[in-house]
Amino acid sequence: MSDAIAVAGLGRRFGAFHAVRDVTFAVARGEIFGYLGANGAGKSTTIRILCGLLAPTAGRAAVAGVDVAADPEGVKRRIGYMSQKFSLYPDLTVEENLDFFGGAYGFAGRELRRRIDAVVEETDLRALRGAATQSLPAGLQQRVALANALLHDPELLFLDEPTAGVDPVSRREFLALVRRRVRRGATVFLTTHYMDEAEYCDRLCLIYRGELAALGTPEELKDRLMKEAVLEVRTGRPLEAAELLGGLPEVRGAALFGESVHAVVENPDEAVPRVRAALEAAGFPGALVERIPPSLEDVFVSLVEERDRREGEIREVRR
Amino acid sequence: MNARRVLAVARKETLHVWRDPRSLGMALAIPALMMFLFGYALTLDVDNVPLAVWDQSGTPESRELLSRFEGSRYFDVRLGALGYPEIERAILDREVMAAVVIPWDFAARLNASPPAPVQFLLDGSDANTATIALGYAEGVARSYTIEDAARRAAASGVPAHAAPLELRSRVWFNEDLESKNFIVPGLIAVIMMVIAALLTSLTIAREWEQGTMEQLVSTPVTGNEIIAGKLLPYFALGMIDLAVSVVIGKYLFDVPLRGSVALLVASSAAFLVGGLSMGMLFSIVARSQLLATQLALMITFLPAFLLSGFVFAIGNMPRPIQVATHVVPARYLVSLLRGIYLKGVGLEVLAGELALLAAFGAAVLFAASRKFRKKLE
Repeated sequence: MSDAIAVAGLGRRFGAFHAVRDVTFAVARGEIFGYLGANGAGKSTTIRILCGLLAPTAGRAAVAGVDVAADPEGVKRRIGYMSQKFSLYPDLTVEENLDFFGGAYGFAGRELRRRIDAVVEETDLRALRGAATQSLPAGLQQRVALANALLHDPELLFLDEPTAGVDPVSRREFLALVRRRVRRGATVFLTTHYMDEAEYCDRLCLIYRGELAALGTPEELKDRLMKEAVLEVRTGRPLEAAELLGGLPEVRGAALFGESVHAVVENPDEAVPRVRAALEAAGFPGALVERIPPSLEDVFVSLVEERDRREGEIREVRR
Repeated sequence: MNARRVLAVARKETLHVWRDPRSLGMALAIPALMMFLFGYALTLDVDNVPLAVWDQSGTPESRELLSRFEGSRYFDVRLGALGYPEIERAILDREVMAAVVIPWDFAARLNASPPAPVQFLLDGSDANTATIALGYAEGVARSYTIEDAARRAAASGVPAHAAPLELRSRVWFNEDLESKNFIVPGLIAVIMMVIAALLTSLTIAREWEQGTMEQLVSTPVTGNEIIAGKLLPYFALGMIDLAVSVVIGKYLFDVPLRGSVALLVASSAAFLVGGLSMGMLFSIVARSQLLATQLALMITFLPAFLLSGFVFAIGNMPRPIQVATHVVPARYLVSLLRGIYLKGVGLEVLAGELALLAAFGAAVLFAASRKFRKKLE
């Protein structure tokens, strides 16, 4: 069986700006594939190309075996798409929206009713069928949008930052719904900038400034890509500690992670006592310094910093 | 085109209209409002021109002439003046628009040669009314002269001279030369043009602005299905507007409808398709509701108002502008509606106009369909 999505050398230019450049990857059927990147990294552009909404300017992409540039309408029939911004009709009720989009996929009569009933059950929206869509909170709106994308039982589901601005509980419920669909055979491609959402994916693709920076399972990315070690430093004053740590010669980078500071070091065995000593000397008595397994965010941050460093060097050389 | 998908779009669009009472009210109120406004205000009839008289002679003959001005429904004598300063002040104050000055020797010179001059002063700042008032005044003077000559001839026993040339006019189609009969059918054409383009100018642009277009284009609905589905409810609304205008014209303004109602409906429908498609085209090109509405108003209202022959006769325009009026579709509807309303003529005369309107509708619809791209940029 062929891949659900096959992308080779894909690119999209807007004038002189390369939103996506030379991206290559493949998604197997039944996978949850995460596309992780900062805002403006090219996530939405990629997903729109894959959904047949935007023409690529370079490379090729096939979705469910259909070439997106040659037959975008063929792609649209096979996929469900949930855009980043809520884009159902705000003045219509949940039922009316489902009714319309079901009709837009060519369903009518008893068949349409059956499908609407099914997705309403699946996404637990029974009580809200008559509610105006604009009056719903963000979490519920996302669920309506998901129900809408599931109406025609698509083989593939494209979700563009599906849980942006949604509270953590709703996010977990939402991801559980997606997971259930995958168990029934769907393939999911989702973009996100939430690390916890990314951990949820079978495989991840890190995208940075329109280019593919890394690809693998979350575990692979953590083991393989992170050559350095991460130290977690806990003190009462994390902001000042981060500033101090960033200035130490053995620390490659220091970043705030909630109440603690993560410091990236090359040689943890030597670095731990030195960091401890530096903290004591600077007036942080009793600071806890501990080596921890890197989180995805650590991987992401260090990858981005390394790329910036390398590009900086290239620029230096060119000058 | 898949009928189910077209119907789905039409149903959804109907819900949008229904959920937005403000724009629905506007769509229904604008035609009625325009009918009232233009139907009442835009009267070109000149009646009861306010008149000042200065009778220097004070003779039975002069009083006889003045009584004819008083008796005419075209004049309303407001002032008996006693000098030019008084007349000038009355014209400046807009108390009167015209003045008759009868010289002191009027009676004596009445049948002499050269004949007695009577002065008629006019406020030319309203040139249109002044011209018409002058025509009326000449008519009053002429009938006085003819009857006076006949009376003298009879009194002296001399057989009357052969009467001078007498023009007997008879007006067809609008017997009383009432301007409402001429305004209302043209007004319906202008209303149809403006309403049609306004109604649809919002539809596509709103989807772009709201972001709903992104979801819409991700479905298998085709561009033509979207356009057709969106046209249907607005077409129905436009036909309701037509009915409102026709009913107001008939029962409020008493405009006779002599021709075929079916032809009236058919030609308005052809025109409506063109107007609605034009609004749609603006909406597709502009992608912004504000810009699309402004385009619709500018491009449809002004030409429909000025260049359709609705008020200003095309025959009186300079050549280049006359040529330009041929691309104003409202022009053909105006002449169709006037033909149907007043002359009661049918396809044997109006087929050409109807064919042009149908061609206009088809062309704009085609352009809208070509211009619509089911892609994001």
